[in-house]
Amino acid sequence: MKQSDLFEETSLALLANKARSGLTILGIVIGIGSVIAMIAIGQGSQKTIESNIQSLGSNLVMVMPGSQRGVGFSVSQGRGSAATLTGADATAIAQAVPAAAQVAPELSGRYQVTAKGTNTNTSVIGVTAAYPAVRNVAIADGSFISDQHVSSLAKVAVLGPTASEDLFGTEASPIGQKIRIQRIDFQVIGVTAVKGGSGFSNQDDMIFIPLSTAQQFLAGSDRLSAISVQAVGSNAMAQLQQDVNALLLSLHNISDPALADFSILNQADIIATASSVTNTFTMLLGSVAAISLIVGGIGIMNMMLTTVTERTREIGLRKAIGAKRHDINFQFLTEAVMLTFVGGVVGVIVGWLVSSAVHRFSGLATSVSLFSVLLAFGVSAAIGIVFGYYPARRASRLNPIEALRYE
Amino acid sequence: MIECKNIAKVYQTGAVETVALKGVSLTINDGEFVAIVGPSGSGKSTLMHIIGALDTPSSGEYLLDGKNVSEFSDDELAELRKNKIGFVFQSFNLLPRATVLRNVMLPLVYADVPKAERQKRAQAALKSVGLAEDHFYHLSNQLSGGQMQRVAIARALINNPSLILADEPTGNLDTKTGEIVLGVFQKLNEEQNHTIVLITHEHDVAEHADRIIQIRDGLIVSDQKNSNKKRLV
Repeated sequence: MKQSDLFEETSLALLANKARSGLTILGIVIGIGSVIAMIAIGQGSQKTIESNIQSLGSNLVMVMPGSQRGVGFSVSQGRGSAATLTGADATAIAQAVPAAAQVAPELSGRYQVTAKGTNTNTSVIGVTAAYPAVRNVAIADGSFISDQHVSSLAKVAVLGPTASEDLFGTEASPIGQKIRIQRIDFQVIGVTAVKGGSGFSNQDDMIFIPLSTAQQFLAGSDRLSAISVQAVGSNAMAQLQQDVNALLLSLHNISDPALADFSILNQADIIATASSVTNTFTMLLGSVAAISLIVGGIGIMNMMLTTVTERTREIGLRKAIGAKRHDINFQFLTEAVMLTFVGGVVGVIVGWLVSSAVHRFSGLATSVSLFSVLLAFGVSAAIGIVFGYYPARRASRLNPIEALRYE
Repeated sequence: MIECKNIAKVYQTGAVETVALKGVSLTINDGEFVAIVGPSGSGKSTLMHIIGALDTPSSGEYLLDGKNVSEFSDDELAELRKNKIGFVFQSFNLLPRATVLRNVMLPLVYADVPKAERQKRAQAALKSVGLAEDHFYHLSNQLSGGQMQRVAIARALINNPSLILADEPTGNLDTKTGEIVLGVFQKLNEEQNHTIVLITHEHDVAEHADRIIQIRDGLIVSDQKNSNKKRLV
């Protein structure tokens, strides 16, 4: 039997029962489509989370007062809880730890900020000139806080784009305008570039002021809410974390590391944790989708078994006119594989549509990878072979005499 | 040429043995039109299956064109059926949702004949069984019984077999239509010299053949030339 004949026979047989073939294919479409979509969503959220973490700065080690607070480390509520980090700690790290390339101490708090006729509640961060380099902040307009501003306790502010929009709208430039925080006037000297960042920790809704000004006029103490330390390279991060830990323990006169009055977060650890969370998530979604694929495969087997029974006489006839076992076997196997193949193609398209819809409506950077498409095709062909094998074998082993007599 | 030498067939169903043929010997030469007659249970179906290479005898020898078929495997039997035997069944066994032409061409699919030639041969075969050309593209289940059986005969003819084996070909047809079908067989036998073996339980039908073999209880009881052949052509 030629391949073109095999193909023709198979298509005719499947078209002869369009509704049944269509429903069986639908099972595979849903299976393959959900595998593709779920993997795309899983990988997309992994990418989004990683890029969010990377946008905080690269090769960062964060030191925070008090006990560890988990992944969200903008310690705006930490006010008064633990005032254990001071400017002296930051200076000591910059001087004594060779693996520290740059040190950016900060003091943040949430305040009601007012401008001409508008006001917003946002986080106000006291920073030094090292902050933009360490935390990946770019300036879109004007300039950032300089060392001179810090040493002179200048009352200047740099707005994040969201804060700028909230206070001054989108049309006029806020540079040179006044904002008021805690009844103190600040002059706006710059606006930072958009960072993106997701809704729950918007890195654009911030106002930067000189660290010394924040300590003096807003907090009224020398404490820090965090110290960001950038390592000299990604290999030096573990060393940096160890050195900073040892240095601060000795500065704070703590002998038992378990009683440390500060905590250190390593960015690599955060990424690893987040990745493992999203990986688990992807696996979970993928396995739910895989189950629906198996159900689809069972649908194929069910249909093929019904078909073989229904077409017993046809099989008998084919055998009588000279079809060999492998001719029959191949014909039914091809039918099953063709069902899954068509289902696979449509499923990839449906999966792609679903993931681009998710991208469009949720903003998650979903991506359909070539790998998942190839995997889907491989799996759907394999399902056709696995679930088509038994019915095809059953058909090929029918005794022609009995098959011809079958009612 | 068909030669059966002392063929016996025993079926084993569980512990029960059923003897369907008890030693049948016969020879059918090329170009003969033979009817095998017997009541149900006589063993004529079993004999048909063995002659048609659908089954092998339990003992004895069956030679088709000099080849001993008795010991063939399933696939060897299929190969033999493809090249040497054309079947016509009582219930036609056409593919219901396929056109007439496609049904007739089906054996050639397994014989690896090129497509253009299949079409040509199928049309020739359909013409020789007297089916009008405007029916060629009808679906087979839109035809009448007599037309369906003629399509089935064309299908049996198409690979130019050594033997056309017709198993109760008129069983599902009324007398008049049955005669048309039997006429086709006579014509094929006389004009194209096809060898035809007709299996039936009706003596009336058997009378259309040149030679009648009667079988009863697994044995041949008579084998003689039909002196009063009913001629339809």
